[in-house]
Amino acid sequence: MQRIMNNPDNIVDEMLKGFLKAHSDIVEATDNGRVVKAKDIPEGKVGVVTGGGSGHKPAFIGYVGKNMCDAAAVGEICSSPTAAAFLDACKVADQGKGVACLYGNYSGDNMNVKMAVKMAKKAGITVKTVVANDDVASAPKDQREKRRGVAGEVLMWKVGGAKAAQGGDLDEVIAAAQKAIDNTRSVGIGLTPCTLPAVGHPNFEIKDGTMEVGIGHHGEPGIEVCELETADKMAKRMVDIVVPDYPFVEGDEVVVLVSGLGATPVMELYVLYDEIDRLLQEKGIKTHKAYVGNYFTSLEMMGATLTIMKLDDELKELIDMPAYSMGLKQV
Amino acid sequence: MGTLKNEAGKPVLMRMVKGIQDNKAYLGEVDGLIGDGDHGMNMNKGFTVFEDRFKDEDISFTEGLDELGMILLNEIGGSMGPIYGTIFMDMAEAGEDLDEISAADFAEMLEAGLNGLYGIVDARVGDKTLVDTLSPAVDVMKKAGETGQDFKEALAEMKAAAEAGRDSTKDMVAKYGRSSRLGERSRGVLDAGATSCCIILTAMADGIMELL
Repeated sequence: MQRIMNNPDNIVDEMLKGFLKAHSDIVEATDNGRVVKAKDIPEGKVGVVTGGGSGHKPAFIGYVGKNMCDAAAVGEICSSPTAAAFLDACKVADQGKGVACLYGNYSGDNMNVKMAVKMAKKAGITVKTVVANDDVASAPKDQREKRRGVAGEVLMWKVGGAKAAQGGDLDEVIAAAQKAIDNTRSVGIGLTPCTLPAVGHPNFEIKDGTMEVGIGHHGEPGIEVCELETADKMAKRMVDIVVPDYPFVEGDEVVVLVSGLGATPVMELYVLYDEIDRLLQEKGIKTHKAYVGNYFTSLEMMGATLTIMKLDDELKELIDMPAYSMGLKQV
Repeated sequence: MGTLKNEAGKPVLMRMVKGIQDNKAYLGEVDGLIGDGDHGMNMNKGFTVFEDRFKDEDISFTEGLDELGMILLNEIGGSMGPIYGTIFMDMAEAGEDLDEISAADFAEMLEAGLNGLYGIVDARVGDKTLVDTLSPAVDVMKKAGETGQDFKEALAEMKAAAEAGRDSTKDMVAKYGRSSRLGERSRGVLDAGATSCCIILTAMADGIMELL
């Protein structure tokens, strides 16, 4: 394992120290060492909160900022933050207008958020939630409630954060974020496994020359292991999984997000994106906006995710709003 | 018969800590097969925080269970934080007023832990989770409590029941938690939570037996 670290057990806290220093114009520390908040949160708005395990940079703290999330709870690597951290994130984000907690569908996050929502209620804070479940490969379509949340969460935060910044009330923010994730589908392809620093070796295997289609953000096995393909064939495979699931059809305007999983050179993501866009054009699907880069990663896994979100007028306006966070800066 | 003196029960907790520490890598491997591999690491972190904080403190068995539960719940998170946090804290609550813990009392404590768990998860026996280890262990202890069985004997039976429960998860298809997304592919592998629960119950049983 070739990693930049000190004691692996302290890696999350040490990462946080560096992150807070480097992005001191965007974020600041709170009384809870595992909660990061945005600087200068505009007064009187609905709070937008997220949180999740570490190792997915820029997610989750990278999406705390202007017109994005107001606070994020930070967990151990690949492990949900505590209920206390989710609660404290809600507390720092609450301005009496309620808090929208937008997070991904994982059993640990679900339990801890559920407990945090209960505790927040006792503290007089109304917290409503949207659970992202955009990963097509993680469960059949008729069991959408079981699907995991992956890179589509970035678009959910973008939309929810923008709606709150516009002055939307809690129900409007929740409705917009829910619509964003309902209109979004994703799939990932993994080329190499990832290693938890404290474990020291990969906990699953992807043999050289093969790839795993539908892999999860923590290496959860996908739907198929096959021979490594060219970028164009990978693009087709991803489009063929994502497009029919929603389904996205001719005439749709969409946002396309191609994220690396951590170790894939960004150059390769553009190779992949070029073919994805061509395939979408062929189907008469118009890309209104594209995001290509490392938006939601899995430590040092190689591979990529494709996320597509169908736009309507409201989502388009919210997606196009400026944003300023470490992971997403948009003028 | 025999009872555990609550205020002298700290070694039981330390035995649980050691059980988790010794099996950190093993639990990570089991979890890595169908989960994400962090189970051993996070459990180890939580139990070790408890050890560091209380190794020199004078605490009873139930006080220690409560503190351990709070650490897991408030400082570790993940899925296992709320799960084991709830089990230990509810066990502690059920036994906090006892000076002497009998087999029947211990059965009640374990059952309170299981019921607490049922309050936050929908998993039941057969779903390939730690419930498959904990539930049969509770049944054995309850029966022992009702029949007035010797505490030591009952604990030995409880260990066997927990092991059998753990092993039963191997042929199950996961219905809850991260591995549930795998369906049939989760078959043939032990559940990590069921495995750690067996380690904890075994350590608890061994620790109590020594003090009886």
